[in-house]
This record gives sequence, structure tokens and C-alpha cells, in this order.
Amino acid sequence: MIPELGHFALVLAFVVALAQSSLPMLGAARGDRRLMAVAGPAALAQLLLLAVSFGALTYAFVVSDFSVALVVAHSHSAKPLLYKISGVWANHEGSLLLWVNMLALFGAAVALFGSNLPPALKARVLAVQGMIAVGFHAFMLFTSNPFLRVFPVPADGNDLNPILQDPGLAFHPPMLYLGYVGFSMAFSFAVAALIEGKVDAAWARWVRPWTLAAWVTLTLGIGLGARWAYYELGWGGWWFWDPVENASLMPWLAGTALLHSAIVVEKRDTLKSWTILLAILTFGLSLLGTFLVRSGVLTSVHTFASDPARGLFILGLFAAAVGGSLTLYAVRAPALKGGGLFQPISREGALLLNNLLLATACATVFIGTLYPLFLDGIGGATVSVGPPYYNTTFMPLLAALVFVTGIGPMLAWKRGDLAAVLSRLTLAGVGAVAAALVAWRLETQGPILAVAGIGFAFWLLLATLIDLAGRFGLGRGRPAEIWRRAVGLPRSAWGGALAHAGLAVALLGMVGTTLWAAENIRVMRPGETTTLGGYDYRFDGTEQVSGPNYSSDFGRFTVSRGGAVVAVLTPEKRFYPVQGTPTTEAAIKTTAAADLYVVLGDPDGQGGWTVRVFHRPLAMWLWLGFVMMSAGGAVSLSDRRLRVGAPARRGLAAVAARPA
Amino acid sequence: MPRSRLPLILLFLLPVIGLAVLVYYLVAALDPARDPNRVATVMIDQPVPSFALPPLDGERPGLANTDLDGVVLINFFASWCIPCRVEHPLLTELAKSGVVIHGIAYKDKPEDARAWLNELGNPYTRIGADSNGRVAIDFGVYGVPETYVVDRQGRIRFRQVGPFDPTTIEETLKPLLRELRQ
Repeated sequence: MIPELGHFALVLAFVVALAQSSLPMLGAARGDRRLMAVAGPAALAQLLLLAVSFGALTYAFVVSDFSVALVVAHSHSAKPLLYKISGVWANHEGSLLLWVNMLALFGAAVALFGSNLPPALKARVLAVQGMIAVGFHAFMLFTSNPFLRVFPVPADGNDLNPILQDPGLAFHPPMLYLGYVGFSMAFSFAVAALIEGKVDAAWARWVRPWTLAAWVTLTLGIGLGARWAYYELGWGGWWFWDPVENASLMPWLAGTALLHSAIVVEKRDTLKSWTILLAILTFGLSLLGTFLVRSGVLTSVHTFASDPARGLFILGLFAAAVGGSLTLYAVRAPALKGGGLFQPISREGALLLNNLLLATACATVFIGTLYPLFLDGIGGATVSVGPPYYNTTFMPLLAALVFVTGIGPMLAWKRGDLAAVLSRLTLAGVGAVAAALVAWRLETQGPILAVAGIGFAFWLLLATLIDLAGRFGLGRGRPAEIWRRAVGLPRSAWGGALAHAGLAVALLGMVGTTLWAAENIRVMRPGETTTLGGYDYRFDGTEQVSGPNYSSDFGRFTVSRGGAVVAVLTPEKRFYPVQGTPTTEAAIKTTAAADLYVVLGDPDGQGGWTVRVFHRPLAMWLWLGFVMMSAGGAVSLSDRRLRVGAPARRGLAAVAARPA
Repeated sequence: MPRSRLPLILLFLLPVIGLAVLVYYLVAALDPARDPNRVATVMIDQPVPSFALPPLDGERPGLANTDLDGVVLINFFASWCIPCRVEHPLLTELAKSGVVIHGIAYKDKPEDARAWLNELGNPYTRIGADSNGRVAIDFGVYGVPETYVVDRQGRIRFRQVGPFDPTTIEETLKPLLRELRQ
């Protein structure tokens, strides 16, 4: 009964989306206020209906209703509750339902908090959201129905893939989807602006919060995924350049460019074409990612579904959405009137360079991901594209980006003084070289690239701190004045500094874990010791332990350095009987300098166990960097100037008067 | 429109054109006959790798690349492989019709392979025992069953990944064998 209600709610939501996508658009074209007013209530109704639908599916999972085919395929009565719930979205159909819920959430947010938007723009934005919703609802109802029943009802389910039964991974899809769907908001705004034929500072001010919110959650989502891969998959790495990983990186790169480009539109009324194009491309890349994961065209550990029929449907959605918007762009964008002129050396120039670097980086990842497909299509050889390609193409761009990010925020608008900025950054340069020398001294065996990477990271970190200190005049005046200026600094300044610093810190972690990594694989017997990275690992044996839906071999390792015990690590090798799959639970000891990482492999049948020990320097800073970037974005988001809904209109005028 | 505007419009149309190209290749990739997990062989038109495998037992002869004479099939099989069972009757029929098939027992214990052949029948002229799978690596085998068609010059001309089915035998294999024998 409840699944049927959920199904019915989904159908109703589809109908509401049809109304939401057509009537307000018509109303905006005619100036008919009543038709335009359909948008808000429609968006809210959609959210309500989809929440009911999602609730019904969640209920089916939580009570283990095995008459629902999806529950049978992905759940089990013995599974812990958290994973019963996360199992709702850990599959193709359920994750789509989550997707459209997020879409409806953003639409409802615009309906509720967008009272400052001009009615026509609001109507058009919600109409475009409605169109996207129509596409995805149709996809679900016609090809991927989560509420299909199965008879006879089996006694129990097939369980969720054990490697997905993990707290980090439970939240990875929701975060990612908030990001992808959040960018649909920017897309809707862009298309609405193209239809209206007007892109101005006010438009940019409305777009920025949504884009920023999407960016924050996407950063967290990618970070969670990487973190999960690191500690769950047991290969000591966190990024594989897997096509589906790239599918999340591309919208992130384009979204970062969009975020910064929108600032220029708001502050200087220029770079409009760029910003609109980036908004379309970012969401287009999200849709492309959705297609790659669910169509079966690429082999990946991540792929959800491999059904060409479904793939064709999504491809149609993708082609319609992106093709339509890009055609509209081709027609309308040339007429967009640019405002402020600027010198090449200026903050606008730096942000334009930022756009170019990020877009190029995005293009290299795009080419790397789709090249095998393309080559296969023209009948060429089968190739695989992996780290060697990305290291050669992506890393130099990242390095250039990190370098420019140190300088850019300090340049003035319209006409910047590069010499003055560079002289202010002398300390950063000196610090960077010093850090690189220290790094070289500590790890003389490592590649020179690592030393350069550390140098770049410190450059950015110090440059960001110098910029921040300059903004509140550290060193000028009494401490109380300095404090007052610091507290009075807009949150977006703090947020931006935190995010840029986060990038630098994350870069430290990236360099350490990839370029200074060490590994030791051996067969060990209880009592034996192995050494890696200055630490001794003594294998103390294993014991058998039982969990709620698994049995496990629990290994114990005593780690010491110079005779003193540092940690006791307990890696596990688990076996989940229902799915019949084993998993490894790595044991990680995190220190500021490095991660000590031990994985228990298979027994060799003669009392020995295959053991992999990894030494991953600076791993902790990578995760800290991700958190800092997201936190920076969140702090920026909390800036009152970005929340157009509050304060009241009086406050809005005051915001407009505040200097850029 | 003024001539100076034309290149601008073309520039703005670039993304749409790029999208069209992308969608074209993605549609091609969705072809159900295309299996992204299938690795195309690089061995087509290459000479058979040199190998010399011991026999399954003292009675039957082993298999080496020097033993290959005329147009032959080399079939990688194993007693633990279920699809090999499925394709076995088709191989028996082919052998009866005069096609020379040599077998390579892949990562199989000789006694298990012998028992399997005793149970199902032996369509192979010669059999080599590749217990550690090294020869399979040279061929580029990544699963069983796999069958290679070798021509008179000792070059690989065709590879079948997975078990044969009657359609492939009639429409692809037999015409190829006819062509190679001329």
C-alpha cells in the first residue's frame, strides 16, 4: 500500500512538473501575473509530493518490505538501520528519486526565499527547473521505477554490497547530488536570463548563493568519496582518475570557474558571456556524469546501471537540455552588452585567467575521460587513459592556478599594479622557496616535482595570509583597531581566504600522499616485524570476531618507532555471507607527518597472512584542506550581502551602496 | 548582418557543434553489441607466439607452435569453466566436419582436464597443459573459453571471446575458414 502511495505521489509530481515547466514560462512571455504565480506553489507542491514518495521508499527499506523489488535487490533484514536508510539511494532508481528531491528542494527554496526576484525572472527560473524535473520524472516512471513489486515475496533480500555499508559513503551521494542539483539552479538562472535577454549585476547577485551552496556540497561530496576510497578500498590511494570520479571533478572545475566569474559580473558588469556559458556547461557536465554512470558505456567500479535503453533516455535528456541551452546561448549571447573595461593586469584579468585555466583543466579531464570512447567509435585501437596522462596535463595547470590564486585577490579592479603586489608578496616567495628547501632536505630521495609542489602550496598559503592581513591592516594601528577591522571584514573575505588556504593545504596532502608514498607487501607470520618509513610493524596475530551481518578476521599490529610503541593497529578482513563478498577494513594511524596504513590480505593457509603496509606522508592535510575549502565556502555563504532575501528592501539599498 | 559579426556567431555556435559531435559518439557507444568490458585483441595478423606445452598425460602428444600445420583452431578451455561445457558440443561438431582443433587446458590440473574430456568427449587433435597460464598471457587471453583461428602462415586471424554460438559459427567462422583454405 505504502509503495503504491509513493508511486502515485511520483506520478502526481510529474504532472505538477509539467504544469510548472509550461505555465509560468507562458506567463512571463505574456506578462500574465496569474500564470507566473503558478510557479511558486507548483514548486512547493512538487517538493511535498516527492518528499512523500521518498518517504514511502525509505519506509519500505526500513521495515524491509521485500515485496518491493528494489528492497530485495539492495537490502537485508540483518543490515544495520543506517545502511537500510542509505540503501535507499545506493542504487540506480533510489538515487534518482533522491536527485529529484534535491531538485524540488532547490526549487522550493527559490519559491520561498526568492521574494526579491523580479516575478518574470522567478517564473522563468522555476519553469526551467520544472523542465529538468519533467525529464527526470519521465526517466523514472518509464524506465527506472523504484516502486516495482515482486511476487512471490522472497524471505529476505540480497543485501547491500558490503563495501557500501559505511558511514562515509552513506552521505557521499546526498552531498554530491546537492552539488549537481545546486548547479541546476545556476543553469536555470542562466537560461532564464538568456530568454529575458538581460544579464546584469543583480542577476549575478542572485546566482551566487546557489552556486556557492552547490560548490560547497560538491566539494564535500568529492572529499567524502575520496576519503572513503582511501580507508575502505585498501589500496592506499584516494583518486584513481576513474571515469566516474572525473565525472564529478569536471562540474567542480567548471563550477569553481563559474563562482569566480559571477563575482566579475556582479562587481564590474563584464565577463557575462563567460559566466552564462559556464553555468550551462557546469550543469551540462553534471548531466553528462549522470549519463556516464548509468548507461554502461564506460567500465568503472562506480557504474550503477548498464542498460543501453536507459542510457539512450538520459542521453536524450542531456542532448535536449544542453543542446537547447547552448543553441539559445549562440543566438542570444552575442547581444549581451558588456559593461566595465579592464586592463589585462587587474583583478578582472586575473579572474579571466582563472576561468581559462579551470576551463582548460576541465577540458583535459574531459578529453582523458572520453578519448577511449571516441577512439573506439572511429574504429581505432583500444586505449586506456590513466595517471600518466593526467599528471602531464592536469598538474601543470594546477600549478599555474595555485600560483595565480596567490596574486589575483590582491590586484585592484580595473587596473592593477603587479609590481606592487609582487613586492608585497616577497615574503610569500621567500617562504615558498624556504619550504621547498626544507622539503628537499627531508626527503632527498623524492622526485623534484614534490619539492616544487610543496613550494607552490606554501606560496599560496602565505600569499593568502598576507592578503588577509593586508585587508584588516595588520601592523597598522593599535591592536584594538586591528581587531575591530578584522571583525568588520565581510565574511566573504574570510571565506575566500579560508578556501584558498584550504586549496594550499590540500595540495600539501596531494603531494605527500602521491609523490612521497611508500609501500611494503609481504607475507607475515605472527611475531614477525617489518619496517617502513622509519616505523616498525610487528604482527601480533589474528582472532575471529562476529559482526551483525559479517564475520571477521581481526588482525593486530603493534607499531613502534625507535623502540617506543606508537600505536596498535587492527585491520580486518571481513566476510559478508549474504552477498558472499569479502571486504578489507584498513587500519590507519594518522599523525601530522604521515598516515600509517595497514591492510590485512588473504591467509596463505600455512599460518601466514599477506600484509600490505603503506606510508602516506601528509595525508591528514589533504582531508583538512577539503574541509577548509568547504568551510570557506560556507562562511562566504553566510555573508549577509549574499542573502538577498534578508534584510528587507531598505537593507538591499544599503547593500548596493557598500563599496566593492 | 555585417560581415564582421559572422565569425562571432560562428564562435558562439562552436559549443553546440561540439555537443552534436559528442552526442553522436555517445549514441554510437550505446550500441548494445558493444561491450565496454571486452578488450580487443592486438594479436590479429600477428604470428602465433612461440610456445611448447607438455601433454595432459603420457599417451597423448603435447602442443607447440611448431605443431601447427594448415588452418587450425586453438581453443583455451578448463574443466572448471561452465561456458566451456556449453560450447563443447559445437566444437565436437566442428571437429567431425574436418576442422582441426587443438586444445590448451588453462590453469587446470591434468587429471581434472582428463576426467572432463573423458566425460564429454575429446574434439582436440593435440592438447597442451598450460597449468600456470603463461602461454595464455602471451596470447592475451583474459578468460576461458577463448578460441583463435590460425592460418597457414601461422598468423592469428580471428579470436572468439567466450563460448561459440551456432550463429557465430555459421556466419563468421565457417566463411573465414573457407577463405583461409583457398
